[in-house]
Amino acid sequence: MATLSKEEAAALIQEVLEVYPEKAQKDRAKHLAVNDQEKTTKCVTSNRKSLPGVMTIRGCAYAGSKGVVWGPIKDMIHISHGPVGCGQYSRAGRRNYYVGHTGVDTFGDMNFTSDFQEKDIVFGGDKKLAKLINEIDGLFPLARGISVQSECPIGLIGDDIEAVSKKGAAELSKPIVPVRCEGFRGVSQSLGHHIANDAIRDWVFEREGGGTAFESSPYDVTIIGDYNIGGDAWSSRILLEEMGLRVIAQWSGDGTLAEMENTPKAKLNLLHCYRSMNYISRHMEEKYGIPWVEYNFFGPTKIAESLRAIAAFFDDHIKEGAERVIAKYQPLVDAVIAKYRPRLEGKRVMLYVGGLRPRHVIGSYEDLGMDVVGTGYEFGHNDDYDRTVPEMGNATLLYDDVTGFEFEEFVKRVKPDMIGSGVKEKYIFQKMGVPFRQMHSWDYSGPYHGYDGFAIFARDMDMTLNNPCWKNLTPPWLKPVEEEQRAIA
Amino acid sequence: MQNADDIKPSYPLFRKDEYKQSLGDKKANFENSHGQAKVDETFLWTTSVEYKELNFQREALTINPAKACQPLGAVLCSIGFEKTMPYVHGSQGCVAYFRTYFNRHFKEPLSCVSDSMTEDAAVFGGQKNMYDGLENCKALYKPDMIAVSTTCMAEVIGDDLNAFINNAKKEGYIDQDFATPYAHTPSFVGSHVTGWDNMFEGIARYFTLNHMEGKVVGSNGKINLVPGFETYLGNFRVMKRMMSEMGVDYSLLSDPSEVLDTPADGEFRMYAGGTTQDEVKDAPNALTTIFLQPLQMEKTRKLVTDTWKHEIPKLNIPMGLEWTDEFLMAVSKISGQPISESLTTERGRLVDMMTDSHTWLHGKRFSLWGDPDFTLGMTKFLLELGAEPVHVLCNNGGKRWLKAMNKMLEASAPVNNATQLFHSHDLWHLRSLVFTEKPDFMIGNSYGKFIQRDTLQKGKDAEVPLIRIGFPIFDRHHLHRATTLGYEGAMTMLTTLVNAVLEKLDADTMQMGVTDFNFDLVR
Repeated sequence: MATLSKEEAAALIQEVLEVYPEKAQKDRAKHLAVNDQEKTTKCVTSNRKSLPGVMTIRGCAYAGSKGVVWGPIKDMIHISHGPVGCGQYSRAGRRNYYVGHTGVDTFGDMNFTSDFQEKDIVFGGDKKLAKLINEIDGLFPLARGISVQSECPIGLIGDDIEAVSKKGAAELSKPIVPVRCEGFRGVSQSLGHHIANDAIRDWVFEREGGGTAFESSPYDVTIIGDYNIGGDAWSSRILLEEMGLRVIAQWSGDGTLAEMENTPKAKLNLLHCYRSMNYISRHMEEKYGIPWVEYNFFGPTKIAESLRAIAAFFDDHIKEGAERVIAKYQPLVDAVIAKYRPRLEGKRVMLYVGGLRPRHVIGSYEDLGMDVVGTGYEFGHNDDYDRTVPEMGNATLLYDDVTGFEFEEFVKRVKPDMIGSGVKEKYIFQKMGVPFRQMHSWDYSGPYHGYDGFAIFARDMDMTLNNPCWKNLTPPWLKPVEEEQRAIA
Repeated sequence: MQNADDIKPSYPLFRKDEYKQSLGDKKANFENSHGQAKVDETFLWTTSVEYKELNFQREALTINPAKACQPLGAVLCSIGFEKTMPYVHGSQGCVAYFRTYFNRHFKEPLSCVSDSMTEDAAVFGGQKNMYDGLENCKALYKPDMIAVSTTCMAEVIGDDLNAFINNAKKEGYIDQDFATPYAHTPSFVGSHVTGWDNMFEGIARYFTLNHMEGKVVGSNGKINLVPGFETYLGNFRVMKRMMSEMGVDYSLLSDPSEVLDTPADGEFRMYAGGTTQDEVKDAPNALTTIFLQPLQMEKTRKLVTDTWKHEIPKLNIPMGLEWTDEFLMAVSKISGQPISESLTTERGRLVDMMTDSHTWLHGKRFSLWGDPDFTLGMTKFLLELGAEPVHVLCNNGGKRWLKAMNKMLEASAPVNNATQLFHSHDLWHLRSLVFTEKPDFMIGNSYGKFIQRDTLQKGKDAEVPLIRIGFPIFDRHHLHRATTLGYEGAMTMLTTLVNAVLEKLDADTMQMGVTDFNFDLVR
């Protein structure tokens, strides 16, 4: 299908909105827009409450804290504090890889919960929390600390998890971090990120001691906001190391308490997922004077840009290192593009993802000759959309907190060649015959970051787009006669 | 560095030297790690009897549970009804989790809405959310029924579903006669199976409680079948097949086997199949109601007994040979239809398979876990095969499960019965058990893969392989399509079990010049 004109795209949005009741229609209209790079005013409203009953794809603050920020810190035990469900649904599904001996010195794949019963709701859960902290200490002596991830009831029944945590921390001589990330707070995962960032500020940075003893170097950097999905942070840090930098901490994929504590000693914080960790980066800038820089390690164009932008903070040794790294990987990039671009050229993609990917992955598609014709954020803010508008072509669709209904309708009309979104969307669109990649979990593949990751990204897009399965959706006896004749001819 | 002609994902990419170096440096310099010796020593301690005793002293902490929360079950129950949208009143994150959990298990779409309650709703209650939520859901997704359940947030603040829904109708947000059954499903009570029961009772109550006039038990000549929290699609289908082969008219009350198995043909079907509202309305007229998983139907049992006036036959889950026999005999007795020749033959085929395979299963030791009726039925079937269920763990079992298990064990294996029961324990308890009292295999859901890895870490001899039967199964494809009930289910499970034994024997005897015996072509 030909690309939509600006007018057609605007008409499509109007048409999709028609089915909504009046109040909902007014609200949703503000979240949908046709991209216009010239426009200076903000394009879409974001970070507002989801409408009831519309099938938002969003999650909650607990998901933002336990699932995203804290959960991957591998040498701490994260308690899902409250009823049993939250911890169970979020157990080991995110693919934030780590290495370690699970159950002994690392705990990432496990689910620790206070499994609230009715009596805990009625009488409060503080005593249970205090007791289970001691039980953790007895059974997992090598855990470096504990975090208490609040589920909805905690904030509603008036528990004082801060007092319990302080007392427990003093007894155990280990950090115990209370996090007020109850699921009803805020409008999405996003507030959970913020609350989790603040908990690191207040309960990790403010703590005496900690960290590892190492001699500072002028080239110490950190990776902030890489969750190591499929090993993303590993295929990123290797490039930084190759250009001469030293990565003293990784947040939070494959991260440790010590690395968080190391971070204030960095010369520069490198921020990949701006949405989930800009708060702590700003704090470190204010308090410790550590500058931070956003970067994008998806696709060779953005990787090279980012390596140079990072190097600009350092001396010639690092600048030369960046050029050396870019040159080293150029033959791989050339070979990958030569192999896959002809198979992917001109294909149109619609995205709907979380934190940084709705804009960050655009470049990697473009490196393969593909066009992103629609994108949107589950839990973005205005500053995310500000960063997105210049990356997207004019007359493409922007949709914030898209509803199940809208997404399906947009896809039916835009007819993209491929969709990149989450598992809740995957099977809907696959049944519709649209090749689909999960762009949260990398569809059980990855890494996608860095040059090594780009090769996998290209391979995966090709395997899904060009797999023969998509040709077989219509039985031969139901195919339109013309098509059949054309096939015979 | 990657090679464009042979691109590698995480494994084996990260086993390349440059990554080993990078990850090794990270660990050595910045992680404050404990050192390998300390880790190894601690690991061995966690496999010990001493650790097991400490582990079993836990009172407050749950580690790696084998259960989920109520609304998950309510959602599964709801989608088994025709054109029904599950609607969860409370926080929206829960619904994202339920959908994801089912998506990962079934590899199917799962439609469900939330009314996205946030801080203001926590203060003022969620009535406004209910108003808008019902109106929006109806306008966008055009269901014939919205089945409302709750998250713990709405339960803690005490929202009143009945009042909210009635007010929404009074205020005109949805029509008065639009179907809106509901159930309170607090996640701090029971588990997902409780939520299924509560939601089913809510739907049955909505359509029958005030409409019992003119209802006569047996007048429609059908048998009601109520599946409970059931995730094997084959189990819905085998019930239909057995009933039709016997010529028995039935109502399968909650049947998600179509909506969870729609074709890929270019169209997304939000709704497909399912029990109709008319069937629910007609349900009190049935001869009786049979619960396929009776241990989890506490609340529904009351409604069916007290309101529908059905005499519920005392049956167990129709799993394995004898309990399928009992089920079919009961169906025959109630319906007056003889057990069909085809089913008698099918039974004979199952017994034939059991005679063929008994040599490989007799005395094999199994540790298993799962939902109450599943573990009861699976244990019973293992005993029928001559196998030894060593540890049976049911995190959401409780005393009623314990009683049912003990009763079954006394009847089925009265002598030298060594089966240990764990009615409120989790998979970290099970981990201790498989280390200290090693079984040959585990039977359970995907979470067991972590225990298998742990046992292998101790050494090949300590490894306990996992056989995946249960829910959820995230890491293998299409197993949810299988059947575990009836003779057909027993055949499938028997095939799975015996071949797991033979696969392991092959794996153990594959070393040339070392184990050149028992690596047989014919078994």
